[in-house]
Amino acid sequence: MSALLPLRLREVSFAAGGRTILDRVSTQIGAGPRTVILGANGAGKSVLMRICHGLLAPTSGAIEWATREEEGTRRQAMVFQRPVMLRRSALANIAYALKAARVTGAECDARAREALDHVGLQPLAEHPARVLSGGEQQRLALARAWALRPEVLFLDEPTANLDPSATREVEAIIQAIHAAGTKIVMTTHNLGQAKRLGDEVLFIHQGRLVERAPVETFFRIPASPEADAFIKGELPWA
Amino acid sequence: MLEAVCGAFVLIISGDAKLIEIVALSLKVSLSAVVFASLLALPLGAAVAVARFPGRKAIVVLLNALMGLPPVVVGLVVYLLLSRAGPLGSFGLLFTPPAMIVAQTILILPIIAALARQSVEDAWLEYQEQLRSLGVSGVPAALTLLWDIRYSLLTAVLAGLGRASAEVGAVMIVGGNIDGVTRVMTTTIALETSKGDLPLALSLGIVLILLVLALNAAAYVVKDAAQRKYG
Repeated sequence: MSALLPLRLREVSFAAGGRTILDRVSTQIGAGPRTVILGANGAGKSVLMRICHGLLAPTSGAIEWATREEEGTRRQAMVFQRPVMLRRSALANIAYALKAARVTGAECDARAREALDHVGLQPLAEHPARVLSGGEQQRLALARAWALRPEVLFLDEPTANLDPSATREVEAIIQAIHAAGTKIVMTTHNLGQAKRLGDEVLFIHQGRLVERAPVETFFRIPASPEADAFIKGELPWA
Repeated sequence: MLEAVCGAFVLIISGDAKLIEIVALSLKVSLSAVVFASLLALPLGAAVAVARFPGRKAIVVLLNALMGLPPVVVGLVVYLLLSRAGPLGSFGLLFTPPAMIVAQTILILPIIAALARQSVEDAWLEYQEQLRSLGVSGVPAALTLLWDIRYSLLTAVLAGLGRASAEVGAVMIVGGNIDGVTRVMTTTIALETSKGDLPLALSLGIVLILLVLALNAAAYVVKDAAQRKYG
């Protein structure tokens, strides 16, 4: 199997309803370090991630995986800000995703149970997924993505709706998925989370990729005035 | 008036054979129509909700408009199709229960399809990104949605059943209201009222309302229990 990464973005723009949401973003996302896409609400982070994952097509520009496109979509997964669960058990939700990826029979069941175990939800395997708490549902969403054994996992503000303790659990799982060898690409507007979970930062401001740096450098000596203002919690439009 | 009401209750409580026969045929016709219409309308509604194709909006408008299809017009069209000289006349279905089932199926198909389309489309908005992320689209996505909101779809199916069991125009025209063969609750009520046999008409009216009430209550209980169990 040929390498999936790096993912190349060439002059990617996206406009909707006459508004430019992404403005000529060019970059390359390589294997290894955890990439955090950082920016304020409405900066275009989620749209950028959806374009990378193939849920949206760029208005202009192109994205290219290192491998053929149809194969590329099979080898990545995404976890959304608000998990969407089907009206069936926690275990069956994971099995559904595996079956969609053509994993069936005993292997499907084994992988689904293993994934539940990874996120500590084994005792709730038979519970209907939709009546789990918000934190449990997000862990289940991570298990569902993990069971697919993706090479790249996109996470769109995975803890934005969660309380601090559920956030810690979700962050621990993301670390474990990274440690198991999956490339992590995550959006957040939370500076603490970017420091905890990021190796490199892509800073997006008003649809433009303003800065890209290792997390340490980014927070110590931001190169752009926009990033500097964002870190200091200033309002750039004030 | 009081006499008619008392007479109606006597008929119901005594389990009058004629009454039971009419009620049984009504249920058979309307429930069959609901089953056939649902088998066609639910996939149709889901397909229109999920698929994007030219002319889709026109189909949505058409389905919604056909919800108000007048029963007598459906009856007339089915009558023309099934009459001796019509294209389907050779089947000899006119003035039989199957003809009534056909007419009611046509009548309620747009109702079930239009309501199902709305429910599936609402669910699709919520599930779309997740399903596409998992590589599920097209027919499998539509089937997943139908199954996931199956308890909400009960409402659409019940609306169809309500329409079928309450309409009189279509079954009157294609069934002919033949005593002992194609006489159902609504056609009997119309006939007996004009004849002046108020107890029979009234007792059928009471049974009709109680049946519709019972079915809706049962559906509500099922839906409510499912809601609490599955979220």
